[in-house]
Amino acid sequence: MKPTRPPYLGLVGALTLCSLLVGCAHGVLDPKGPIGADEKVILFDATAIMLVVVVPVIICTLAFAWWFRSHNARALRLPDWEYSGRIELVTWSIPAMIVLFLAGMTWISTHDLDPPKALQSEVKPLQIEVVSLDWKWLFIYPGEQVALVNQLVIPINTPIHFKLTSATVMNSFFVPQLGSQIYTMAGMTTQLNLLASESGTFAGLSAQFSGDGFSDMRFDVRAVPEEEFKAWLTSAHANTEQLDISRYLQLAAPSQHVEPAIFGQVSTGLFDDIVHNHGSPVISGRASSL
Amino acid sequence: MNTTVDVASEEMPEGIPLSERGPASTRVVAAFGFWLFLLSDIIVFSALFAAYAVLNGETNGGPSASELFDKRHVLFETGCLLASSFTCGMMMIAIEERSKASTYFWALVTAALGVVFLYLEVSEFGGMLSAGAGPSRSAFLSSFFTLVGTHGAHVTAGLAWLLIMMAQIGTMGFRPMVIRRMVCFSLFWHALDIVWIGVFTVVYLGAAHT
Amino acid sequence: MFGRLTWDAIPLNEPIPLATVCVLIIGIVGILSLVTWKGWWPYLWREWITSTDHKRIGVMYVILALVMLLRGFSDAIMMRAQLALAAGHAAGFLPPEHYNQIFSAHGTIMIFFVGMTFVVGLMNFVLPLQLGVRDVAFPVLNSVSFWLTASGVLLVNVSLGVGEFARTGWLAYPPLSELAYSPGVGVDYYLWSLQISGLGTLLSGINLTTTILKLRAPGMGYGRMPVFCWTALASNLLIVAAFPILTATFAMLLLDRYLGFHFFTNDGGGNPMMYVNLIWGWGHPEVYILILPAFGVFSEVIATFSGKPLFGYRSMVMATMAICVLSFMVWLHHFFTMGAGANVNAFFGVATMIIAVPTGVKIFNWLFTLYGGSIRFTTPVYWAIGFMVTFVIGGMTGVLMAIPPADFVLHNSLFLIAHFHNVIIGGVIFGVMAGYTYWFPKAFGFKLHEGLGKAVFWCWFVGFYLAFMPLYALGLMGATRRMQHYADPTWQPLMKVALGGAVIIFIGILLTIVQLVVSIRTRDRRRDLTGDPWNGRTLEWSISSPPPVWNFALLPTISGADAYWNAKRHPGKFAHAAALIPLEVPKRSALGFFIAFFMVILGFALIWHIWWLAIVGLLGAFTVTLRQAWKTDLEEFVSVATIAEHERRHPSQVARA
Repeated sequence: MKPTRPPYLGLVGALTLCSLLVGCAHGVLDPKGPIGADEKVILFDATAIMLVVVVPVIICTLAFAWWFRSHNARALRLPDWEYSGRIELVTWSIPAMIVLFLAGMTWISTHDLDPPKALQSEVKPLQIEVVSLDWKWLFIYPGEQVALVNQLVIPINTPIHFKLTSATVMNSFFVPQLGSQIYTMAGMTTQLNLLASESGTFAGLSAQFSGDGFSDMRFDVRAVPEEEFKAWLTSAHANTEQLDISRYLQLAAPSQHVEPAIFGQVSTGLFDDIVHNHGSPVISGRASSL
Repeated sequence: MNTTVDVASEEMPEGIPLSERGPASTRVVAAFGFWLFLLSDIIVFSALFAAYAVLNGETNGGPSASELFDKRHVLFETGCLLASSFTCGMMMIAIEERSKASTYFWALVTAALGVVFLYLEVSEFGGMLSAGAGPSRSAFLSSFFTLVGTHGAHVTAGLAWLLIMMAQIGTMGFRPMVIRRMVCFSLFWHALDIVWIGVFTVVYLGAAHT
Repeated sequence: MFGRLTWDAIPLNEPIPLATVCVLIIGIVGILSLVTWKGWWPYLWREWITSTDHKRIGVMYVILALVMLLRGFSDAIMMRAQLALAAGHAAGFLPPEHYNQIFSAHGTIMIFFVGMTFVVGLMNFVLPLQLGVRDVAFPVLNSVSFWLTASGVLLVNVSLGVGEFARTGWLAYPPLSELAYSPGVGVDYYLWSLQISGLGTLLSGINLTTTILKLRAPGMGYGRMPVFCWTALASNLLIVAAFPILTATFAMLLLDRYLGFHFFTNDGGGNPMMYVNLIWGWGHPEVYILILPAFGVFSEVIATFSGKPLFGYRSMVMATMAICVLSFMVWLHHFFTMGAGANVNAFFGVATMIIAVPTGVKIFNWLFTLYGGSIRFTTPVYWAIGFMVTFVIGGMTGVLMAIPPADFVLHNSLFLIAHFHNVIIGGVIFGVMAGYTYWFPKAFGFKLHEGLGKAVFWCWFVGFYLAFMPLYALGLMGATRRMQHYADPTWQPLMKVALGGAVIIFIGILLTIVQLVVSIRTRDRRRDLTGDPWNGRTLEWSISSPPPVWNFALLPTISGADAYWNAKRHPGKFAHAAALIPLEVPKRSALGFFIAFFMVILGFALIWHIWWLAIVGLLGAFTVTLRQAWKTDLEEFVSVATIAEHERRHPSQVARA
C-alpha cells in the first residue's frame, strides 16, 4: 500500500509559523525589563540548541520511513541488523552532550535569575507588598504608605522588590512582560525582584488557579518615568480612602470583577499582620493605628 | 526449540538459571506478590513519616511532643509488639509441625500481646483527647495521630486477620492455601514490627530532643 | 437519614448538566433494555462480568477507556468552545462554577480513566501472551482490580447528576481543596472515586509485576523478554512505588476535610506546600507509568512492521529502567515557581534533563530499527511515525521548561498545556491507538478496517497540531491555564483555530466508533485465520486468534529473544509437541463485581455523609471477601479432548512446519 506524503503538512507548518509570529507582541517574547529579557534569551538559546537534534530526527524519521518502505526496490535491506556499538556510542553521546550543555546553562541561569536575588542597580529598590485575595490583588507600598487594588504603578529603571503573601489560597503573581512569576501562599512570604526598563502598560494576572473569580484577577502595571511616578504618588495620597484593619477585612471578603482602587493611607504593619495571621489580621492588638 | 510439559520451576534440572526455569510455584508467587504489597504499604507509611517530619514542630500554640509522650508507656507497648513478633515466629514453627493445638496457643499469645499493645495505644490517645490534645488541635497532632493511628489500624486489621485464619485452620486444616496465607500473615506482622521501630524512633525518641 | 443529600443535589436548573444526564440515562436504559430483550445477560455475566481471564479483563479495560474518552473529550470540546467565545467582554456560555468543574473533570478522567485504563488494559491482554504463560499471577485479584476501577468511574459520572464535581483542577491543591474553600461534595467525589480506583490500580501493579518477574515460559530469561514486557515491568514497578503516595496524600486531605485535621489547612499549622510535594511525588512517576508501555508498543510495532529485530535491545532495556528510576527524582519541576531557591530548582532542572537522555536513545533506536527495514505502512505504523515526529517536539518543550528561569515565564500557561498534551497525545494516545489496532485481531479474530484506521490517525494528527500549536503561541503571549474568559481579543483567532483542531479530533473519535462497527459487520473479509496476521515476532502470534482460555496448550521453551520469529525461520528445529495434559484454569468469580458494588455504596455514602449506608458498604465488601476466603474450588480443569480439538482446528504455524 503506497504511503502518502501528508498533504496537510504544509498547511500545518504554515499555521504553526503564523502562530509563533503572532506571539511576538505583548507577551513573554516582548520583554520590557532585564529579567524578562534574560529569560527570553534562554528560551531562544535552549530551543535553538535542541532544534539541532530535533529537526534532523524528524527529517530522518520521515525519510527513513519513506525510503525503506517495502515497495522500494532500491532500498538497502538489513533484516538481521540489530546492533552497532558505534551508533550506540553516538546515540548516547549526542543527547548526553546536549543535556550537559543545557545543564550548565541551567545551573548558572537559575542562580542568576533566582527571584529573591536583588537586582544590580545604583537605584534604591522600591518595596511593594503583594497580597492575593479572593479574587483581586492588593498592592501595598510600605515606604510610600499607599495601597492599590488590581493596579500597579512603578517607576522605570528602578528595581522593584516584591514581598508576597496570600490571604487565602495559592495564587501566582505574574507580569509576563517583566519576567518571572512567583507563588503567593498564606502564612509565609515569597520574594521577587523585577525591573521595567521601558515605559508602558503591561498586563498582570494570577497564574495559579484559585477559584471562581480567578479569571478576573487581572491588573495593569503602569511603568512611568520617575517624575511621573512622584506626581502620581502625590495624587494617590490625596485619595481619602484609608486601608485600615476593618476596611481590609471588607476588602478580603470574596468578590469578583473588582474595579481598580487606590487607598491614600495604609496602616503600618498591615502586611505583616496578614502574614502572621494566615490571612485575617486580628482586629484588636497588633497593627498600630494610622 | 523444544516444547515441554508444565513443570514447576523448582523441579527443573540444576544448571539452569532461576530466571529461565519457567513459571514459579503458587507458593513462591503468592509470597512475592504479598512482599510487593508490603513494600507498597511501607511507602504509605513513608509518606506519613514525611508528613510527620515536616509538621512535628507545628504545635499551633498547643502541646508539643516532649510534653505529651510518656516514654515508659511506649516502652511497654514496644515490648508487647516485639514479643508478639517472637510468638508469631513460634506459631509459624507450630504450623510447620502441623500441630493445631500449638498453633492455636501461640496465636492466642500473639493476639493477646497485640490486644495489650492496642489497649495501651488507645488509652494514650484517649488521654490526649481528653486533655484537649486531639488531632484537630494542630498540624503536629494531626500527623501524630495519623502516623501512629495508621499503624494501630494495621495492627487491628492484623488481629482480625489472625482470628479469621484460626477459623480457617479449624475448618479447613493445614492445606497449602491456608499455609500460604499464614506465611503472608507472618510477613505482615513482622513488617508492622519494623514500622513500629521507625515510629518509636522518629516519634517518641525524637520527641525527647525537641 | 440521608446525610447532606437533598433534592437540591440534582441539577434541575442547570441546563447543560441536566441535558447531559438525561441523554446518559436514556442511553444507559436503552442499552440495558436491549441486552435484556436479547437475553444477553447470562452470557455477559458468565463470559465477561465474572471473567478472571486476563484477555477478557484487558478488553473490558479498553472498552472502559474508550467510553471515558468520549466523556473526557466532551469536556474538552466544551472548554475549547467556551474559550473561542469568551474574549474581551464576552462571558461565553459556561459560568465559572461550571467551567471549573469541567476542566477538573477533563483532567481527572483523561489521566485516570482513559490513560491508565487503556494502558493497563493493553498490558493485561498482552503480557501473559508475550511471556508464554496462561494468565497473570492473581486472576481473581485482576478482576477485583478492574471492578474497583469501574467503581471509581461510576462515582465520577454520578457526580454529573447528583451533586457536583471538584472545582479545583485535576490535582486538587489545598488550601483551595480544603473545606474552607471547597465546602461542597465536589472534592469528596474526586477523592473517594480516586481512592477506590487507586486501590484497584495498585493491586493491578502488584499483579503484573509478579507476573513479569515470576511467571515466564521456560527459557525466557530477562534478556529474552520482549521489550514491551520490560516497559510494562518498569511501569508496574512505578505503580507499586508511586500509587501508595497518592493514597496516603488523599487520605490526609480526607482527614482534613472529614475530621478537621490540619495537614494542609491554612490554619492550625498546616502546610499546603507539603501536599504539592507529595502529590507530584506521585504525579511525575504517573506520567511515566502512562508513557513507558506506549514506548513498548512502539518498539513492538516498529520492529514487526520493519521486518527487523528492534535495534539496540540492551540499550532499550537500560534506557527503560533508567527512566523508571530517574522518574522519582524530578518531581519539583512541576513547581519551580513555588520558591524553593536556586540550588534546589537547579538540581531538579538538571535531573529532569537527564531523563531526556534515555528517552532520546529510544528515539534513535527506533530510527535505526526503521533503517534497513522493509516497512509495511499499516495503521499501527502510521501511529508510530506520527508519534516519533510529534513526541520529540513535546519532549523539546519539556526540556525547555525544565530550565527554571524559562519555567518562570511559562509555568501554568497555555504553553505548559500544549507541552503535556503534546507528549500525552503524541505519546500515550498514539501508543494505545497503535496497540489497539495491532492487537485487535489477536483479541477478536479479525482485523480492523485499514482505511478507516488511517482516517482516524489523520484526524488525530492534524487535529492535534491545529488544537495545540496555537496554545504554544498563546502561552508565549501571556495566556494562563484554567481561565474561563480573557481580556485580550487578539487571542481569539488562535482560540478558534484550537477549537477547529478539537473538532477534527472529535471526528477521529467518532470514526473510531464507526471503524469498530464497520469492522464487526464486515469481519469475514478480514479474518485472521492463522493467528499471525502481521508476520509477528513474539509469542502472542504463535497461538490462535482469539486464543483459547488457556493460551498455550504447552508452554513453549524459549532459547532467544524474538522467540516466535526465530521459530518461524528455523521450523526444522521445532520438535514435535509432547503429550497434552489437562490444564488448570481459574474459575470465573463474582467477587470483583460484588466488591465494586459495595465500594460504590461506601463511596457514595461517605461523600454524602450517610454514615449508616457507609457501614453497610463496608460490611458488604468485608463479607464477600470473607466468603471468598473459604472458597477452595478456585480452578477447573480443561480436558485434553477440548485442548486437542482446539489444536486440531487452529494448528500453530510453527507446529505445522
